[in-house]
Amino acid sequence: MRFAVVVFPGTWSDCDFHYVISEVLHQPVKYVWHRERSLDDVDCVILPGGFSYGDYLRAGAVAGRSPVVESLGGFVERGGYVLGSCNGFQILCEAGLLPGALMRNECLQYRCQSTHLVVEQVETPFTRGLRRGQVLTMPISHGEGKYHADPETLALLRKRNQIVFRYATAEGAVTRAANPNGSVENIAGVASPEGTVLGLMPHPERAAEAAIGGTDGLLLFQSLLGTLVEDGSFLKR
Amino acid sequence: MTGAEPKVTVDLARALGLTGEEYDRIVKRLGREPSYTELGLFSALWSEHCAYKHSRVFLRRLPQTGPRVLQGPGENAGAVDIGDGWAVVFKIESHNHPSFIEPFQGAATGVGGILRDIFTMGARPIAILDSLRFGDPDDPKTRKLIEGVVSGISWYGNCFGCPTVGGEMAFAPEYAGNPLVNVLCVGLVRADEIFRARAAGVGNPVFYVGNKTGRDGIHGATMASATFDEHAEERRPTVQVGDPFTEKLLLEACLEAMRTGAIVGIQDMGAAGLACCTSEMPARSGTGMEVEISRVPQREWGMTPYEILLSESQERMLLVAARGREEEIRRVFAKWELDAVQIGQVTEADELVVRERDEVVARVPVAALADGPRYEKPTTEPADLAGLRAFDPLSLAEPRDLGATLATLLGAPTIASKEWTFRQYDQQVGINTLVLPGSDAAVLRVKGTRRALAVKTDGNGRQVFLDPRRGAAMAVCEAARNVSCAGGRPIGVTDCLNFGSPERPEILWQFAEAIDGIAEACRHLDLPVVGGNVSFYNETSGQAVLPTPVIGVVGLLEDAARHSTQGFKAAGHRVALLGGEAVSLGGSEYLWTLHRRLAGALAPLDLELERRVQAAVQNAVEAGLVASAHDCAEGGIAVALAECCVTGRQRVGAQIALPGGIRGDLALFGEGPSRIVVSVEPARVRAFEALMAESAIPWRWIGATGGERLRMAVGEADAIDAPLERLESAWRSGFERHMA
Repeated sequence: MRFAVVVFPGTWSDCDFHYVISEVLHQPVKYVWHRERSLDDVDCVILPGGFSYGDYLRAGAVAGRSPVVESLGGFVERGGYVLGSCNGFQILCEAGLLPGALMRNECLQYRCQSTHLVVEQVETPFTRGLRRGQVLTMPISHGEGKYHADPETLALLRKRNQIVFRYATAEGAVTRAANPNGSVENIAGVASPEGTVLGLMPHPERAAEAAIGGTDGLLLFQSLLGTLVEDGSFLKR
Repeated sequence: MTGAEPKVTVDLARALGLTGEEYDRIVKRLGREPSYTELGLFSALWSEHCAYKHSRVFLRRLPQTGPRVLQGPGENAGAVDIGDGWAVVFKIESHNHPSFIEPFQGAATGVGGILRDIFTMGARPIAILDSLRFGDPDDPKTRKLIEGVVSGISWYGNCFGCPTVGGEMAFAPEYAGNPLVNVLCVGLVRADEIFRARAAGVGNPVFYVGNKTGRDGIHGATMASATFDEHAEERRPTVQVGDPFTEKLLLEACLEAMRTGAIVGIQDMGAAGLACCTSEMPARSGTGMEVEISRVPQREWGMTPYEILLSESQERMLLVAARGREEEIRRVFAKWELDAVQIGQVTEADELVVRERDEVVARVPVAALADGPRYEKPTTEPADLAGLRAFDPLSLAEPRDLGATLATLLGAPTIASKEWTFRQYDQQVGINTLVLPGSDAAVLRVKGTRRALAVKTDGNGRQVFLDPRRGAAMAVCEAARNVSCAGGRPIGVTDCLNFGSPERPEILWQFAEAIDGIAEACRHLDLPVVGGNVSFYNETSGQAVLPTPVIGVVGLLEDAARHSTQGFKAAGHRVALLGGEAVSLGGSEYLWTLHRRLAGALAPLDLELERRVQAAVQNAVEAGLVASAHDCAEGGIAVALAECCVTGRQRVGAQIALPGGIRGDLALFGEGPSRIVVSVEPARVRAFEALMAESAIPWRWIGATGGERLRMAVGEADAIDAPLERLESAWRSGFERHMA
């Protein structure tokens, strides 16, 4: 599977995703500069973490209108997969590829810590290999990660099973204490109705090796790669 | 600024921080009165901050060479070979004065400055450590400073994308009027691709790259070379304003431009800005430089040459390119949407010529600027020191409940958990961090090799105050011991020397003694000092900080997988104490927390024993024989053991028996060097014992892990029997309760 890692000015998880995809997963991967529009030879686009354009406006607001993000809509229509983590999730929301918005953490401080995520939706290419109710451990690192959506949007998200991850305790209980940023309904990650676009605040690339924070993040990639083997080819989906 | 330039007089020179004698020296050197712009150049470059006027004669005493050293002091940062073609580049620097005036920006730009020092060398920054000192967190003003400094570090480091992996935070009233903000940065570079701040090659173009120049930070170096009074806040305009996003672009652009091979030399515009770069770079290469000041990218109208030269606007570099390859430089910086403007060229004559629209506004020999005056001022031991040291802490009554005393110590802000701080820092970006903050040393893997680096800062101001020489040597030993506990073999030191005004003989005595202590310890441990920073004038209204040399040590692990952490791993492991028995309550956290006294004598330091104890623990970790290793520092062995119990993945209790014959409080909370607590799983006990026998160090089994309590006996007496839950809650809340 061919991956592209998008680089905006101010992106910093680009190298980490690149490392995990090439050195841990042994998949072909390339960097794509934010001014590029062509994603023709790629199967999955990664929008990594960081502070694109400094995030001096709203987080992800400028990047959400960049040339590469403008071409993501067509890429998804053609059957491509998109994974946005941290700043990448913020960008997907700003670009309208995912519903809702990310706001300043409730504690008004940056938070870097380990979190537990309970898997709510396994009918996406990124979670197909997981069990509903399974608890994953992944770190967060953000100042604006409080997911918000209005009641109608939330109802729709629930109806279409778009809520993929919620912050939880180690046992999988969705509690207020387990929520590191005050997100609505403990939401940590959502997907597009088709499941091919996934955004989450935690960092799967920081949980992809036993020596570095465990391997739960790798499961998302393995699900994605497993999907392809199952279905035979990328284009058929 | 508009209107005529101020008239140059000796009074103006004094107002800019120079002395009358220094002014005479400038006149003599130039053979004429300096122009206003020239006087500005001298005032910045001859400031204590830039010229090390009072410290240089002492700094020579530090060992600075070694077989691994690729770059010692004198460049933007030091560099040490770590094998496989890689070098580690590191340096620590202070931003104390700006952080007191404006904590958020002061601390943020402290991070920005040291990051640039590292990537100017061609290295990619991989870790930041902060060594912070504040007054008592009970004081609302101090809390505001802490919040400002921590959020400034968090903002800059997180946005830039370099993890903050460690450091320390300590509190004492002497820092209330002068907090210390020291930042250490570590970077990695190919050993044969290190860049230096040189202006070689007559005719080579000089480029200004990065952020535009504004009026922020003018005379920052001069501000940092004076003490404060009650009007300190009026100096806010001398504090720079940071932009971590631009810094990130500058990093990527510089590293990309370096790969083209078109860069001859490069220097960060830090203290004294453009003035510093345009004189230091040619001075190092025996060349000169001509610059046209009007070409400098500016973000304000009507800046004078004086202001442009002395501005300390952030995120800027001066680089010398190879002639004919200008386009390659411009192309890279254009990609990253940064200015890259040719402002001059390298010349043959060893002088700096500054023009403003072809009119010469400064013409000064670069050597005159770069070689500031050097002083060898008198030193005097403070009169009351011998009396303070003669105090016997055992003349105070022993507390009745030593378990309660342990909980009190664990809740002392200096010892208590700093999670409130660390969770605001990105600790993992770069996916190299093998050991996160909260253990003895941070451990970072070196991708593409099997190796890892261990890094730690230390510096106990109380110990240095009571005995500058031994206290400073102990700081070196403690930082190195922490690195050793993580499994690293120390390979290099960087030091940040924070003191009061060197014009006071008592302060300069502290400084000179501390240097001798550092030098002695480094020689014995075979550690070169490859860079650092001196910060004098840390005093407000005559109250100086505790003399605080902060020592940063970098260690190398041959096998990244063979590292250790401080927390106990499981029940049923045996616990051993390696190293010396000698401890003292003099200058201890116990004496301060319980009795608010700073007095007494420090425990003796045996450098040979220290070296052997460190080697023993390094070997034990490398052989995979210990489950945990933790240095005994503030609060003595009782605090160390409590930390082992509550900082692992799960809480693990312990039953410990210490030899009797001394008072319980001294045995439990006494502080001394060369002491390490390790735990060993049963299957490795025999191999561990054999290794210790070979190590020729004093050591003993002192107990075993297990249960939900920490029990400690001293001789026949049961001294402590405390539930871990209580100890942990004291430790977790001790600092955080002030900040919530």
